[in-house]
Amino acid sequence: MVLTIGAILGYPLYDLVRLSLQRYQLPELIQHKGEWTGLSNFGSVLHDPVFWHTLERTVVFTIVNVGLTMTLGTLTALLLTRVSTWVRVPLSVALVLAWSMPAVVAVQLWYWMTNFENGIVNHILGLGQHDWYASTTSQLGMVTSLIVWGSIPFVTITVYAGLAQVPRELVEAAETDGAGSLRIFRDVTFPVLKPIFLILTSLSIIWDFGVFTQPFLLIGAAKQTTSNYLMAVYLFEEGYARSDYGRGAAISILMLLIVAILSFFYVRRMIRYGDVR
Amino acid sequence: MTSKRARQWGWDVLGLALCVVIVFPVYWMVTTAFKPDADVNTTTPVWVPTRWTLGHFREAISGFDHPHFWSSVINSLIVVSITVALSMVLAFLAAVALAKFRFTGREVFIVLIIGIQMLPQVGLIIPLYIVLRNYHLTANDKVLFGLTLTYMTFVLPFCVWTLRGFLAGIPKELEEAAMVDGSSRIGGFTRILLPLVAPGLVATSVFAFITVWNEYIFANVLLQDQSKQTLTVWLSFFSGSARNTDWGALMAASTLTAVPVVVFFLLIQRKIAFGLTSGAVKG
Repeated sequence: MVLTIGAILGYPLYDLVRLSLQRYQLPELIQHKGEWTGLSNFGSVLHDPVFWHTLERTVVFTIVNVGLTMTLGTLTALLLTRVSTWVRVPLSVALVLAWSMPAVVAVQLWYWMTNFENGIVNHILGLGQHDWYASTTSQLGMVTSLIVWGSIPFVTITVYAGLAQVPRELVEAAETDGAGSLRIFRDVTFPVLKPIFLILTSLSIIWDFGVFTQPFLLIGAAKQTTSNYLMAVYLFEEGYARSDYGRGAAISILMLLIVAILSFFYVRRMIRYGDVR
Repeated sequence: MTSKRARQWGWDVLGLALCVVIVFPVYWMVTTAFKPDADVNTTTPVWVPTRWTLGHFREAISGFDHPHFWSSVINSLIVVSITVALSMVLAFLAAVALAKFRFTGREVFIVLIIGIQMLPQVGLIIPLYIVLRNYHLTANDKVLFGLTLTYMTFVLPFCVWTLRGFLAGIPKELEEAAMVDGSSRIGGFTRILLPLVAPGLVATSVFAFITVWNEYIFANVLLQDQSKQTLTVWLSFFSGSARNTDWGALMAASTLTAVPVVVFFLLIQRKIAFGLTSGAVKG
């Protein structure tokens, strides 16, 4: 049983490594047989300036997205503990609604709200017919707003649940000693919640680094160029869309390696949990 | 006392403002879907709809420019139900093995299960596409089956992991007591374990449902034929099929796609957050 499942999960990875060492394009696809070329796919990717620019852009994109998601999500969770019940209930419902929007639906929604002719965002900001998709920074900014809106709820709800575990006596003791709210958060709340923050941050990094649906659809397949690629889109365009599967597999492996390093903390933590119980 | 009350008001107003900002996109989607065209295609937005119409929903479901709604719904339902049913059976058995027995390779298996969830799905497009093609599962008559297999590769690990969490919470003594009382292993399994883990099974299968229903990347790659596409692919092509986007119909289509997810999500959102971070505090 376990072996079977292991095989189902492991086989694509094995296949990925094999493909990355082969020339595998349309003719090879038809013949079902690649031609061994050693490490030349990796060489070609690593010498491609587009790869390095994309990597740099994706890293910046990830830092901005994770930073915004974590900060705003935590602030919202802290706000949830302060508001009265009649505010907390609608706010939680709003969060769950935003959380539950499927990515493709959210993209269409953003597309409608930010269209330059009569998008509501331009109307609210009084920008006339501003085109939000004119420059790379603006395009990725829109993708960021979409992702942050969709991922705040998960962070908020998890942190809010964690806040309930902060011992009340500690907070009250700190208050009696005259500590301000910032001080309490830094020295009492944060240390208790540290494991939650670490896990949420690593999960967010992993998700945002590999994000595909939102940038691909919101910017639009036709508007993807080497100057606005994120890593996942780059991989899709260079590997799959151009039928250069061997090279695409090499990009996949490089990307998976980066993610593996990024997710090391999360996996280690989860395994430790798996052994304890 | 008054300053304390004033501060409470401040927090409440801030909370309400945030609530409005977060919920506004969803509100705008639903109201646009119900507003007549004149109130949609205007530069002075109609904030609160006064006239209502179902025309956009009719257009989205059976309009001439937007065919294939029902076939997409059916395709989505086929893929979702088969994936969820198969994954739950396999995942439950694997989770029992992980939670109740020690066996060689257990650690490797756990690493594999957690690790595979961390991989970006785009990274697996190419190997999965080639494997499916080599087994002729990308052909039009078998492609939904191929897609189901693909979804299993990433739904299964999650289900195994979450179910294992639920199973680990059930004390071994309960099962042992049943066996002491003369119950067989199978009997202990069906009469003690299964009822206790039932809420976990429901939560996990709903999560699997949502994941598969929302999936776009592989569906987009594999489902080239319009009659085979799932709902997310159908929706992603919606705006592109007419020169001037029919915003009302697009929002109606988006609403229709989101409704089942929202319903299920409200049912289980607490348990999802628990499943993903359950190791955080206690570990």
